[in-house]
Amino acid sequence: MLEVRHLDKYYNPGTISELCLFSDFNLIVEDGEFLCVVGSNGSGKTSLLNLIGGNLSLDGGGIFFHGEDITKQKDFLRHRRIGRVYQNPGAGTCPGMSILENMSLADNKGKHYGLGRGINKQRIPYYKELLSGLNLGLQDKLDGKVSSLSGGQRQVLALLMATMNPIEFLILDEHTAALDPKTAELVMELTQKIVNEKQVTTIMVTHNLRYAVDYGSRLIMMHQGNIILDKGKKEKAGLKVEDILGTFNEISIECGN
Amino acid sequence: MILLRSVLEQGMIYAIMALGVYITYKILDFPDLTVDGSFPLGAALTALMIRGGVNPLLTMPACFLVGGVAGMLTGLIHVKLKVRDLLSGIIMMTALYTVNLQIAGRANLPFYDNNTVFDNAFVSSIFTGVLYPYRTLVISFLLMLVVKCLLDGYLSTKSGFLLRAVGDNDSIVTSLGLDKGTVKIIGLSIANALVALSGCIFAQQQHFFDISMGTGTVVIGLASVIIGTGLFAKVTLFRITTSVVIGAVLYKACVAIAISYVEPVNLKLITAALFLLILVLGMERKKKVKQSA
Repeated sequence: MLEVRHLDKYYNPGTISELCLFSDFNLIVEDGEFLCVVGSNGSGKTSLLNLIGGNLSLDGGGIFFHGEDITKQKDFLRHRRIGRVYQNPGAGTCPGMSILENMSLADNKGKHYGLGRGINKQRIPYYKELLSGLNLGLQDKLDGKVSSLSGGQRQVLALLMATMNPIEFLILDEHTAALDPKTAELVMELTQKIVNEKQVTTIMVTHNLRYAVDYGSRLIMMHQGNIILDKGKKEKAGLKVEDILGTFNEISIECGN
Repeated sequence: MILLRSVLEQGMIYAIMALGVYITYKILDFPDLTVDGSFPLGAALTALMIRGGVNPLLTMPACFLVGGVAGMLTGLIHVKLKVRDLLSGIIMMTALYTVNLQIAGRANLPFYDNNTVFDNAFVSSIFTGVLYPYRTLVISFLLMLVVKCLLDGYLSTKSGFLLRAVGDNDSIVTSLGLDKGTVKIIGLSIANALVALSGCIFAQQQHFFDISMGTGTVVIGLASVIIGTGLFAKVTLFRITTSVVIGAVLYKACVAIAISYVEPVNLKLITAALFLLILVLGMERKKKVKQSA
């Protein structure tokens, strides 16, 4: 269970451009939940993920993983329990290293990075099996550099790498936004497959209302640092894009886009 | 012939330093100026130890360790005190100037009569007759080869993978649940350990320590790395560390040719001009790659 309690976050505090993003913000994500987050620009979706991941510091309140207060824990320590995929396909992989090296690196997460061989040859068949399930032909390019892959291929690899090890939370930060519709579809299907298999608690931020409605077990809509719509399991099952489009348009028009 | 031999000897010795600069500049993307201090640091410690009667072989692990500490301090200044990369190096380089003077006790410390790894009874018994003048070249080549192979080996370990990852995309190291700062500190330590080792071997070849021998080390290192990686960017025949070694030899050759035509007082100006030329040519290549991508 992930809890955000009484969160306060200000940008540029003490200056004339001070902006209060969150004030007494609360959110509880239950174990096994697949939460979709939508909202207008500047509504705090990505900031929320960065606060949970520890990339941003908060000004008040606390964040709890399974009841444990991790508010002051460093970002890299939190990421031992989090798998994360970013909007930028380049952020989740090492472009200068080969696919095999990238996967070996991710495979070792949680273990010691010592002077043992970087690549465990016995694991290669397993990597190939993972990659061949994607039907992108990546299993034949194990020694190719990641920089030679397309954005979609890189994002798929990033998703695989983020979920190779047991994790407690999966954070998806608009991970389909930079992809073409077809690849985005593929990445979403793969996401669903992985979430189902691993039963991992997931938070997905997206700009695509259809994805938010089609996938996941709960949907929230955010606006100016508040949750203005929260559809749980039962309500979400019958939800259609049209049902939330009205609300979404309202907040978007208010923002002027 | 003597000129060629001297170029190769110095090229081999400076190649060890260039491998260190390769780690910081190419792998970590960290312009590390500490090397201007850690190169003479190795030389100063070597002069002191050899004059004190220590076995020349022991100076090498000692310099490696002390250089590693210097690099670690640069890393700590950068990571823990959040000082910018370039400035962290400048601070350590400045501090090391005094440290080097304190170690050596004075600005110039010769040891012409002492044994070194190049001049001792064992070496004299192997390199007899016509082979004798080639002893320095052969030994420095072997030392460089050992260092290069160890570095290649390290870069293919798990720890080496992390080092490459932190320079490539440091957010991935955070995603793996590890502190990217620690990885950077380890990289800087290894790099400066190699630079100090190179200074140690250089001092033994020259039979003296001089406080000014570190000036411009970073330029030599960067030029070697840029020549090596630039010229052989498309060649997958050998490893990138091999390219760096060849780059170091080529750079030494360029400088040797340059000084045979100009007055020694103009040396640093020529070096700077040469470095600028290499940088500009290197950038040109980079731009073209970006446009085509």
